[in-house]
Amino acid sequence: MAQQLAKLEMKNIVKEFPGVKALSDVQLSLYPGEVHALMGENGAGKSTLIKVLTGVYSIDQGTVTLEGKQVSINSPLKAQELGISTVYQEVNLCSNLSVTENIFIGREIKKYGRLAWKEMNQHAEKLLERLQLNIDVTKLLSSYSVAIQQMVAIARALNVSAKILILDEPTSSLDRDEVQQLFAVMRQLKKDGLAIVFVSHFLDQIYEITDRLTVLRNGEWIGEYKTEAIDRMELVSKMIGKDLAELEAISSKTTDISQSDTLESMLQANEVGLNGKISPFDLELRKGEIYGLAGLLGSGRTEMARVLFGADKADKGKMTINGKDVHFTTPRSAILNKIGFCSENRKTEGIIPELTVRENMILAIQSVYGWFRYLSRAKQMKIAEEYIQLLNIRPANPEQLIKNLSGGNQQKVMLARWLVTNPDLLILDEPTRGIDIGAKTEIMKLMTHLSKENKSILFISSEIEEILRTCDRIAVLRDRKKVQEFDNDRELTQQDLMKEMAGGM
Amino acid sequence: MINRLSLDYKQLPLVATISLFVLMFSFGSLRYTGFFSTQVFLNLFINNAFLIVIAVGMTFVIVSGGIDLSVGSVIALTSMVTASLTMEAQLSPFIVVPISLLVGTVLGVIQGALIHFYNLQPFIVTLAGMFLARGLSYMISVETIAIDHPFFNFMANSQIPVPGGNFISISVVIALIVVFIAMFVAHFTKFGRNVYAIGGSEQSAMLMGLPVARTKILIYTLSGFCASLAGLIFTFYMLSGYGLHANGMELDTIAAVVIGGTLLTGGAGYVAGSVVGVLILGIIQTIIVFEGTLSSWWTKIAIGALLLLFIVLQRVIVWRSEKKHANG
Repeated sequence: MAQQLAKLEMKNIVKEFPGVKALSDVQLSLYPGEVHALMGENGAGKSTLIKVLTGVYSIDQGTVTLEGKQVSINSPLKAQELGISTVYQEVNLCSNLSVTENIFIGREIKKYGRLAWKEMNQHAEKLLERLQLNIDVTKLLSSYSVAIQQMVAIARALNVSAKILILDEPTSSLDRDEVQQLFAVMRQLKKDGLAIVFVSHFLDQIYEITDRLTVLRNGEWIGEYKTEAIDRMELVSKMIGKDLAELEAISSKTTDISQSDTLESMLQANEVGLNGKISPFDLELRKGEIYGLAGLLGSGRTEMARVLFGADKADKGKMTINGKDVHFTTPRSAILNKIGFCSENRKTEGIIPELTVRENMILAIQSVYGWFRYLSRAKQMKIAEEYIQLLNIRPANPEQLIKNLSGGNQQKVMLARWLVTNPDLLILDEPTRGIDIGAKTEIMKLMTHLSKENKSILFISSEIEEILRTCDRIAVLRDRKKVQEFDNDRELTQQDLMKEMAGGM
Repeated sequence: MINRLSLDYKQLPLVATISLFVLMFSFGSLRYTGFFSTQVFLNLFINNAFLIVIAVGMTFVIVSGGIDLSVGSVIALTSMVTASLTMEAQLSPFIVVPISLLVGTVLGVIQGALIHFYNLQPFIVTLAGMFLARGLSYMISVETIAIDHPFFNFMANSQIPVPGGNFISISVVIALIVVFIAMFVAHFTKFGRNVYAIGGSEQSAMLMGLPVARTKILIYTLSGFCASLAGLIFTFYMLSGYGLHANGMELDTIAAVVIGGTLLTGGAGYVAGSVVGVLILGIIQTIIVFEGTLSSWWTKIAIGALLLLFIVLQRVIVWRSEKKHANG
C-alpha cells in the first residue's frame, strides 16, 4: 500500500479559533479503497479536521494534496467538486423535500431548460438500489427513518462521483441491523476504490470495519496505525493520554442483593402508563440505588423517564414518593419533589447554547427558588466554580458560552444543573452517548459517588456493558413495555439482557 | 395507496384553502342574487391583480423562512416615482416603466444582501426598508399626484373580452403571467428548489453546497421586483401616485400567503395556494359589498378570524406529522 499514490494528503494543518488552537500540526493521509478511522476524545479536533476537509473552515497553515495536486478547499461546494462528500451525524439534508431532490439538489438533471423529475426519480432509484434500498423516492425525506435518511445522504454523496466519503458518527442512531447494512454498503464502496473516513465512538465498529486509524488528542496528531496492529487498550490510552488504571477504577458493580433489598423505598409507581407511549408499568426505586433501563431504540425507555418526570402526563396509575401520593403534570412539580432529568437530546432539550456555562448551570435551581428570589451573582459564581472543579469541566471558565464546549463537557454542565438542586432522584437519559471515554468514565464515577450519598439514579443507556457495570437493578423494556426486571448479581450477563431486549426467544 | 394519502396530508392546507373558497363562493351565490356570475369571479382578479403579484413574491420569501415587510411601501414609492416621472418630468412610459420596476428590485437586492451577509433578521431589515420606502414617497411629494396620460389611461381602462361576454383587465393578464412563471420557477428550476431547501434547513442547504447567498439575495430581489410590478399595476388601477397608497398591504399579503397554505416557518407552500389566498380576501370584500349594510371594516375581522384558523390548522398538521415521525 505504501507504494500506492495517496489519494489525499493533509500535512501540517493548523487551525486557530480566537483563544483556542483547534488543530496544531495535524496530518492525515487516505488511500483509495480503505476505511480510515479518525479517533479521539471530544474536543480532540476530529470535527474541526472534518470541517477543514469539507471546506466549512479554512486552514491557517498547512497543505492539502489531492491525487498529487495541491488544492485549497474553501467552500463546501468546492469540496464536493473535488469529490469529497460528507455524511454528518445529524443528517444534514432537507426533510421537507423528496428523497430524489435530496439526492440531486445542487446538480439537478435538466432537460429542455426545466428540471427533469422523471429522469431524476429513475436515477435516484438506481442509486439507492446499489445501496440495497428499495423505497419510494418521490416521498418526503421526513417520512423515513434516520437509517434510511442516512442511506439517502450516502446516495447523495455517491452521486457526486465521490472519491472521498466522510462518515461522521453515522452509526450513533442506528440499531444493530442497520449498522450491518451500512457496513455492507461501506465494504462495497471500498471495493469500488473509495477512500472512506469513518468516525465512531464504538470501538467494536472501529475494529470491525476500518483498515487504518489516525489518533488525535487536544488538536494534536498522536499517530497513525494499522487497526489490526493496535489493541484496544493501547488505542484507548493513546486517545485519552492517560493510563488505563484509572479506567478500570470503576469496578464492576455487583452489590449484595440482600443489602439492596433492605434499602428504603424512594419512588413507587403503580400501573403508571400513557396511552400510545408506554404501557402501564410498576417500578420501585430505592434510596441509594442505580436503576438501569435497558432496551433498544424506541423500546420506551425515554417515554418511561418522561412520564416519571412529568414531561409527559401519565394517563393511568399512581405514583408515590417517600410514601406520599404525587401526580406530576409538569416538570416543575417533579423538580419541586427533588427529581432531576437530563434529556437524551442535549442540543434541543438540554443546553441553551447562547447562555454561558454559569447561566446554564443555575437554571434548574432558579426554577426551584422561583423567579422572584434571584440568586446573587456571587452565589451563582460560587456554584459554577464549585461544579466546574468537581466535574472537571473544560475550559474551566464559567463565562464561556456553552455552545463552545465539547459534547462531553456540555453533558457535565447538564449534570451540574441538576446536582445544584440536590435531587433525591436523578434521571439520566443516555448521558454517555456521543461523548468520549474520559468523560464517560467521569460521569459513571459520579453516578456511583451519588448513590453512595443515598441518592437514587435512573440510568438509561444503549450500551449494555455500561448498565451492567454501574446498576444495582435493571429493567428491560421492549415495544414500549417493561418486560423484565433483574437484580444485577454475578450471574447476570450481557446475553441475558440482550435476549430480553430482542424478545421472542 | 398509503403514499397517496400522505401526499394529500402534506397538501391539506392547500386543499382546505380551495374548499374554503368554493364554500364562500357558494354561500355568496345562494344568498345574493347576481353573485353567481363569471364576471363577479373575474372581478376578484381585476380588483386584486396587484395583490396577486406581491403575494407571489412573498410566497418565495416565506417559503425560504423569511419575511418581507417592505412590499406595501414599495408599492407607494413605485406609484410616486411613476406619477412624478410621468406628470412632472414628462418622461415617456418606455422610460418610466423600467425605472419604476427598478425601484423595488434595487431595494430588494440591498435588503437581501444585508440579511445574508450581516446575518440580520429579515423582519428588522425589511421593517427598515418599509420606513425608508414610505418616507421616500413623501419626499417626492406629500400630495397625491394624479396621472393623466394616454398610456396609463389605456392600461387602466382597456377591457380584454373573454368568452361569455365577460372581460378582464390588462393587469389581470400581467398577474396571471407572473403566476405561471412563478409556478414554473418554484418547481422546475434550480433556484426554486433551492428556495425550498433553504426554507427546510439553511444549515443543511449550506452543507450540501447549495448557493445559499445567491439564492437568498435573489429571493428578496424577486420579492422587491414583484412589489414594484404590483406598484405599477396599482398605479394603473388608481391612476395616481400617493405616499399613503397600499398602507399596511404587506400584512394583507402575508395573510393571503398564510391562508394559502404556506408555512410561516418556511419549507412548504405553493404559489397557487397564495393566489387562492388572495381570492379569499377578495371574496370576503365582495360578500360585504353585496351585503350592503355591513361596515367594510368587517373585512378585517373576517381576515383576522381566518388567519387565526389557518395558523392553528398549520400547527396541528405540524404536530401530527411530528408525532407520526416520532412513532414511525
